[in-house]
Amino acid sequence: MKKLTFASALLLVLGVILNSGLSVTSAMAAEKDGIMVMDAWSRARPGGSMMGGAFATIENKSDHPDRLVSVSSPVADKVQIHESVMQGGVMKMLERDEIVLSAGQKVMLKPGSFHVMLMGLKKDLTKGVEFPLTFHFERAGDITVKVHVKDAGAMGGMGKMKMN
Amino acid sequence: MNKLFAFLIAFFLLLSAVAVGLWAAGVFEPQEKASSSVILGVPQLGGSFTLVNQKGETVTDKSYRGKLMLIFFGYTNCPDVCPTEMQDIALTMQQLGDDAADVVPIFITVDPTRDTPEVMADFVSAFDPSLVGLSGTEKQIDDVKEKFRVYAEKVPGDDPNYYLVNHTSYTYLMGRDGKLITVFSYGTPPEKMAAKIREQL
Ligand SMILES: [Cu+2]
Repeated sequence: MKKLTFASALLLVLGVILNSGLSVTSAMAAEKDGIMVMDAWSRARPGGSMMGGAFATIENKSDHPDRLVSVSSPVADKVQIHESVMQGGVMKMLERDEIVLSAGQKVMLKPGSFHVMLMGLKKDLTKGVEFPLTFHFERAGDITVKVHVKDAGAMGGMGKMKMN
Repeated sequence: MNKLFAFLIAFFLLLSAVAVGLWAAGVFEPQEKASSSVILGVPQLGGSFTLVNQKGETVTDKSYRGKLMLIFFGYTNCPDVCPTEMQDIALTMQQLGDDAADVVPIFITVDPTRDTPEVMADFVSAFDPSLVGLSGTEKQIDDVKEKFRVYAEKVPGDDPNYYLVNHTSYTYLMGRDGKLITVFSYGTPPEKMAAKIREQL
């Protein structure tokens, strides 16, 4: 019994160390060929929820246009690029094939606008959880970032993160 | 036979969409100076409802008499607009301080199939402890939607479980007598909603 408790305590400590190690090295921002993906975040979802959304800022620092053509993540069965639009008071989420980034352009995926739609969640998105999200660009290729799950009603990724 | 039925449904949906559109366009222009919005030519919104709260208890509109109701329709699987509106409602409640005791914020689902009371409990508790989450049978939800002129339409995906729901996104402020005071359009700042509510206290 004692051994077990000790073992689990050890595991817990190890887990904490590993986790903090990971978040230090985790990609808050990742850049490839002039395309930068930063500040990726998501909202906590009710337990057992099927759908989630992820947001991020994408900047094309290169002098060529590029296109975000798809997004993928191991936490969802299906991932789509969505845009929320209001039509005559009716709110709709429409699937988009791509997001075009002209040279030097910065696009924010944010509530009420573009988001990454996570369908068929395989993992509960509770506050504090992190998960990987890979953005596929036509020119720059794949860029993977870590998404931080924030409050259920969080409005942005720029809020102060607790750093330990 | 089926085809005719489908056609009738499509026609009816189209009609209601047009009606909602026309009505929304006319009614929800900013009414800055009006302290109560009298909607001319439009039947009164709201009315009685019987639904199930997040604890699984049956409630009716009368359960909340004597308090103002701040009602929003949506679905918990919506990751963008509904949480944003819930957050705005939570912030409104915070802004009200002690006056919040006179207001019941209510989230009514337009997706009763997936939004069971348990799911609703988890969803509303993430925003404000006073938030009530109401679900019910399809029939009960259809009835309340009709009374509040809420338009909601399932959008089937490739996977039957992943459907989305397009829906109107207004927040309704109801008086202590259960009658409509005003309607806030999506994105109304919490300060504005709180100010409007304070006028009624
Ligand atoms: Cu979406």
